Amino acid sequence: MKINPRTSQKIAKFVIWSAALLVIAILLAIISDILLKGIPTISWQFLSEIPRNMGRSGGISSSIVGTLLLTVVAVIIATPFGIGTAVYLTEYTRESKITRMIRFSAESLAGIPSIVFGLFGFIFFVTYLQMGWSILSGGLTMAIMILPTIIRTSEEAIRTVPNLYREVGFSLGATKWQTITKTVFPSALPGIANGIILSIGRCVSETAAVILTAGSALRMPTSLFSPTRTMAVHFYILAREGLSTENAYGTAALLLILIFLINVVFNMLVNRFVSKGR
Amino acid sequence: MIQQSKIVIKDLNFYYQKKQVIRGLNLEVNSNEILAVFGPANSGITTLLRTLNRLSDLNSSAHLEGEILLDGKSIFAPEINVTELRRRVGMVFDVPTPLPMSIFDNVVLGPRMLGLKSKALQAEKVEEALRMAALWDEVKDRLHTPATRLSGGQQQRLCIARVLALEPEVILLDRPCSALDPISTAKIEDSLRHLKEQYTIIIAPHNVQQAARIADKVAFMLMGNLIEHGPTEDVLSNPKDQRTSDYITGRFG
Repeated sequence: MKINPRTSQKIAKFVIWSAALLVIAILLAIISDILLKGIPTISWQFLSEIPRNMGRSGGISSSIVGTLLLTVVAVIIATPFGIGTAVYLTEYTRESKITRMIRFSAESLAGIPSIVFGLFGFIFFVTYLQMGWSILSGGLTMAIMILPTIIRTSEEAIRTVPNLYREVGFSLGATKWQTITKTVFPSALPGIANGIILSIGRCVSETAAVILTAGSALRMPTSLFSPTRTMAVHFYILAREGLSTENAYGTAALLLILIFLINVVFNMLVNRFVSKGR
Repeated sequence: MIQQSKIVIKDLNFYYQKKQVIRGLNLEVNSNEILAVFGPANSGITTLLRTLNRLSDLNSSAHLEGEILLDGKSIFAPEINVTELRRRVGMVFDVPTPLPMSIFDNVVLGPRMLGLKSKALQAEKVEEALRMAALWDEVKDRLHTPATRLSGGQQQRLCIARVLALEPEVILLDRPCSALDPISTAKIEDSLRHLKEQYTIIIAPHNVQQAARIADKVAFMLMGNLIEHGPTEDVLSNPKDQRTSDYITGRFG
C-alpha cells in the first residue's frame, strides 16, 4: 500500500517530535529529582566541613577540593599534548601511515572503558612509579583518558578553519608557527574549548578509574600527593553502602551544579577572548 | 637613469602535477604602474599572481620552470627569505578575508609579527594604512570592534590596508572586487589609482571594463598562454590578436 506523502509527513513529524520530547522529559526528570532531593541538604556546613562518620554526617569540603585539583591536574597535562598532537596532525604532516596510526591509536584510546585506564594508572603510576593513591596519580590517569577527546575535537576545530586564513597568514609574511598561532588558533579556539569542557565533565564524573588511582580518603588533601575521594566517588560510596541517602543526593546535586558552573565560566572566558573578533 | 623593470618574468612554465597551467610566459612590469592581467577563468592568472609571492610553494603538487626577477634578483634564489619576499609582495584575495579579530588587530597583524611592539607606532601605522586604503573615515571610531562586522567592501579595503601596513613594494590583487557591489568597487579602484604613486600593482580585474578603468598596461591570458600585452589603450582598442579582440568584444568568455 502506498502512503500519501502528506500522511507520511505527519507521521514523521509526530515521531520526531515525540522522540525529542521524550529525551527532554527524561533529562528533566533526572535533573529535577536530583536537585529537589539534593538541594535541601546543601548548606554552608555541607560545603565547608569534611565528612564525618564515613560521610553519614558532616560536609564534603575535602571532596570538592579533591575533585577540583584532580580535574585541574588532568586538564593542564592533557591540553598541551592534545592540542600539540592535533596541530601536528593537521598542519605539519600530510596524510601518511604515521598520521593514520596516530589517529587510529587516539580513536582506540577513546573507546577503551575507563576502568582499563584505572587499572593502567594503578599499575603504572600508583605502584610502579610509587606515587601511591594520590591526586597526581588520578590526574595523570584522567589526563590519558581525556587525551583522545581533546585530540579529536581540536583536530576537528583546526581542520574547519578555512585554508584561506592560512594563506592570509603566509601572504602577510608570517612563518608557519606565526600563521598557526595568529590566524588559525583564534578561529579554532571555540571548538578546542568545547573539547576541553567535555573533558572536564568526564574528569569530574569519573568514578571507577579514580577509585583505583586517587583512592577514597576523606581527609582534606594537603598536596598533590595526598589521596582523595572525588565527589563522584563519594556519591557512589554513599549510595552503594547505604550510608546516607540525603548526603548522596546532596553530593550529586552539587556535582551537577559544579559541572554547570564550570561550563558557564569556561564559556564566558572563551567568549570574552573570542568576542573581540566576532 | 634607465628605468629598470620592477618584475621580470622569463619563460615561466607552471604545472600542477602533469597539467600545465602557465606556458612559456614572458612579461615585464614597471614600477608605479598598474598592470591588469585579464582573461577567462582557468587562464592561469591566479596561479601567476600566487607565483609572484611564492604562495604557490604551499601547493605540494605544483612545480615550475623559468625565472622571476624582483629588482633584478631571482625570487627563487636560495638566499631569498620567503617570508621577507611575501612582505615585499603583498596579496589581496578574491574574497574579503578579515580574520576573526578587531579591525585594529587585523591591520597591525603583519607589523606585529615583524616585532613592532610600541603601541604608539602601531596606532600610527594602522591610521596610515587605513587612510591609504580609504577606509579610515568610516572606521576610525570603532577600530576595536570585530572586523567581520564590516560590509564586504569595507572588509576588502581592510585587507588592502592590512597589506599596506607591511610597506610592500608590489601589491597583487586577485579579482578583489568579484564579491563587491559597484559602489564599493569604485572606492577600491579609486584608492588603487592613488596607491600606484608608491607601489607597483598587478591586478586580475573582474572584467575588461575594470581593466580599462584603472590599468596603465594590460595583459591578456588564455589557457595559460600570454596572448598579448601592452599599454591599455593599444590592446583594448586595437588588439593585434583575433582571440583578444573576440574576448574584449564579448564573443566568448
